[in-house]
Amino acid sequence: MNVPKHMRMREKLILRVAAKSLLPFFFLFALYVQFHGDFGPGGGFQAGVIFAAGIVLYGLIYGIEAAQAVIPRIWVEIGVAVGVLIWGGTGIWTMQSGGRYLEYGKLDPEHFVHGQHLGIMFVELGVLCTVASGMTLIFYLFAGRGR
Amino acid sequence: MSSYLGLWHYHACILLMMVGLFAVISRQHLVKKILGLTITQVSVIMFFVAMGKVRGGTAPILETMNHDAVARQAQDVVFSNPIPHVLMLTAIVVGVATNALALSFVVRIKESYGTAEEDEVLAADHAASVAESAKEHSLESEAT
Amino acid sequence: MFGLLSTWSDWATSLSTLSEHFPVLVVVVPMLSAPLCFLSRNGRAARGISFFALLSCLLMVIHLLGRVLDEGVVSYRLGGWPPPLGIEYRYDQINAFVALIVAFVATVVVPFGQNKKAFRVPAGRTNVIYAVYLLCTSGLLGMCVTGDLFNVYVFLEISSLSAYTLVAIGAERRAMMSAFSYLTMGTIGGLFFLIGIGMLYQMTGTLNIVDLSMRLYDVSSVRTLSVAFATLFVGVSIKLAVFPLHQWLPNAYTYAPPKVSAFLAATATKVAFYVMLRIIFTIFGRERSFEQMNLDRILLPLSIAAMFMGSIAAIYQTNIKRLLAFSSIAQIGYMTLGISLDSLTGLVGGIVHLFNHALMKGGLFLAVACILFRLGSVKIDDMRGIGRRMPWTMGAVVVLGLGLVGVPGTVGFVSKWYLVLGALERELYVVAFLTLVSSLLAVVYVWRLVEVAWFSDPKPGIRMAEVREAPLTMVVPVWALAAATIYFGIFTEHSAGVARLAAAQLFGGTP
Repeated sequence: MNVPKHMRMREKLILRVAAKSLLPFFFLFALYVQFHGDFGPGGGFQAGVIFAAGIVLYGLIYGIEAAQAVIPRIWVEIGVAVGVLIWGGTGIWTMQSGGRYLEYGKLDPEHFVHGQHLGIMFVELGVLCTVASGMTLIFYLFAGRGR
Repeated sequence: MSSYLGLWHYHACILLMMVGLFAVISRQHLVKKILGLTITQVSVIMFFVAMGKVRGGTAPILETMNHDAVARQAQDVVFSNPIPHVLMLTAIVVGVATNALALSFVVRIKESYGTAEEDEVLAADHAASVAESAKEHSLESEAT
Repeated sequence: MFGLLSTWSDWATSLSTLSEHFPVLVVVVPMLSAPLCFLSRNGRAARGISFFALLSCLLMVIHLLGRVLDEGVVSYRLGGWPPPLGIEYRYDQINAFVALIVAFVATVVVPFGQNKKAFRVPAGRTNVIYAVYLLCTSGLLGMCVTGDLFNVYVFLEISSLSAYTLVAIGAERRAMMSAFSYLTMGTIGGLFFLIGIGMLYQMTGTLNIVDLSMRLYDVSSVRTLSVAFATLFVGVSIKLAVFPLHQWLPNAYTYAPPKVSAFLAATATKVAFYVMLRIIFTIFGRERSFEQMNLDRILLPLSIAAMFMGSIAAIYQTNIKRLLAFSSIAQIGYMTLGISLDSLTGLVGGIVHLFNHALMKGGLFLAVACILFRLGSVKIDDMRGIGRRMPWTMGAVVVLGLGLVGVPGTVGFVSKWYLVLGALERELYVVAFLTLVSSLLAVVYVWRLVEVAWFSDPKPGIRMAEVREAPLTMVVPVWALAAATIYFGIFTEHSAGVARLAAAQLFGGTP
């Protein structure tokens, strides 16, 4: 990259400090949106995007190498696939508990609503995993191109 | 006339859609085409979101798990229709995937052709095929 | 259910409980095998996984088609929610038949020998191709079997996005530009489809196809309905490549890897055709589509234009894949002709041509893959005299090409027979005549291939003596499809019989 040294974002003190201090809140907010999704608006997709936004911010300020040192590309690739498998696995689990595919109510034989909560929680975890990894992977691939 | 003005949100969606389609058709730069596609997608999303809005309606969230209270609340409160909004969540995801894929094509086109203008890419392809057939003709004339 | 099973009876009972879930597993098995392929990081393992996933899928679809033919409609409630609210997977004669075609072609294409030069993918990452391929198959199967209109859109986009990717990995750099225009056209088509869904939802408040068709009875003549019909129709027409909207197809099929062309030509357009049938006959109903909307006045000229324009363009091509792509446009014209005739016999012709064209075009594109593997070129001019070097491959090309022409004894004859009969039934003698004339155009382009392959001397500069017959793993699938075109051309009760049931069910109104 031909950017002069003093123009690089990683040299800007204010950006560095602000980004670093914001990051915990990004991830916390992502987790809040994720788990609030059981009761109100929110859920895996939004949480995943917010989570990935934190990683993207880190990558933008500190450079993509630094981001990949924290979360390697291989993890992200595995995460994309594992998320889909968590979602599908929940479906298989409901089938094994005697319900239809993704019939969460059957997950807890005693309490329908508990089963629903459990099912939605697992599915949303899968969505979070895939979306966060997918967004990060897209960022890594585009940003890593042409270096 | 008032019925047409009352449907202004649909007119806005149609306008937005035409802007998007015009960009897809008329622009030569591939990234601008993708922007046009995105505008078209947004117009459809707006169409659905406008459809789900009920005048005076609030977010369709039950405030309590108590059955009687739920019934009372459902009587008193007007809810917006959540289903078009939920459908659009999926459509937005599809839009994200489409954009990412289209941009990745553009990146690779730019890498192999050195340009992302559609007419230049097509001209390069045409020049390549002309050169190839010229080469074949010369080969054949050598052979005969 | 999936644990260690000790005895045979255990296995049998668990299989029978499992068979309840077959309707959803048809879609879920390929979809969940895709991440497994992605994780395997090994092309060979991915190929094995995808073959077994698709084979099990094929067996499940065969089982379900049998159940549908015996017992009638098979319905599966996703998540246990009852139909108009929840998503329902619904199998009847027509979509079980189309799903069978998709699963069959997808299964045949996987073990087909792989030519590394045809794909531009980094070495060691070929597993990703299989993951995308499985996603595409699962999207297409989902489009077939789901009974929810928005779900159709979602699966449409899953299959389309993976189809764009599959086209883009073609070896030439032009593949990317053709994938990009395919994506642009496909996305616009999908958006038109989505607007149509929105309008139907606005009028009826439901997305379930069966419920929708019943509620639309009450909505008699609203202008929104015409607009919804138009947008849905245009959206699907882009995906199906009906004549003036076919611009994406020739380039996409030409520059995609030949295996991918075989798969897409045999499945993607067929499923789009099925969705069109659903929109016209199930959702809007025959009367509304033809008597109120005058669909036949639009679709009939377009179909005939497609038949002629596709065949004439095919005659002038110098690249065999491009020739086959233009021939596909013509064959899609025959299928839509079956709809536009507005007669039961014509519709049987259209549906049976869906099946027949999948066999023929799949086989021809696979044969092209064999030629590319040994000759290294797909130019017709370079293929001079190849018939003596690759007799089996080119023999299959001749058999499949005769099918495209519609020679008696091949499947092409069966579908054209029904189409001409349908046209005569409606007293459209000109249409019947034009159908036969366009078959003569097919003779021209098929004969060009035959003449080049068998009756010409090799082109100077091409070392034809070094070209050998393709390996067995490639020739066997091609001949399986070629044999099927003859088998179903003589014993028509399996293909035309099911097509007749399906057409009767569609034509009779709501299922």
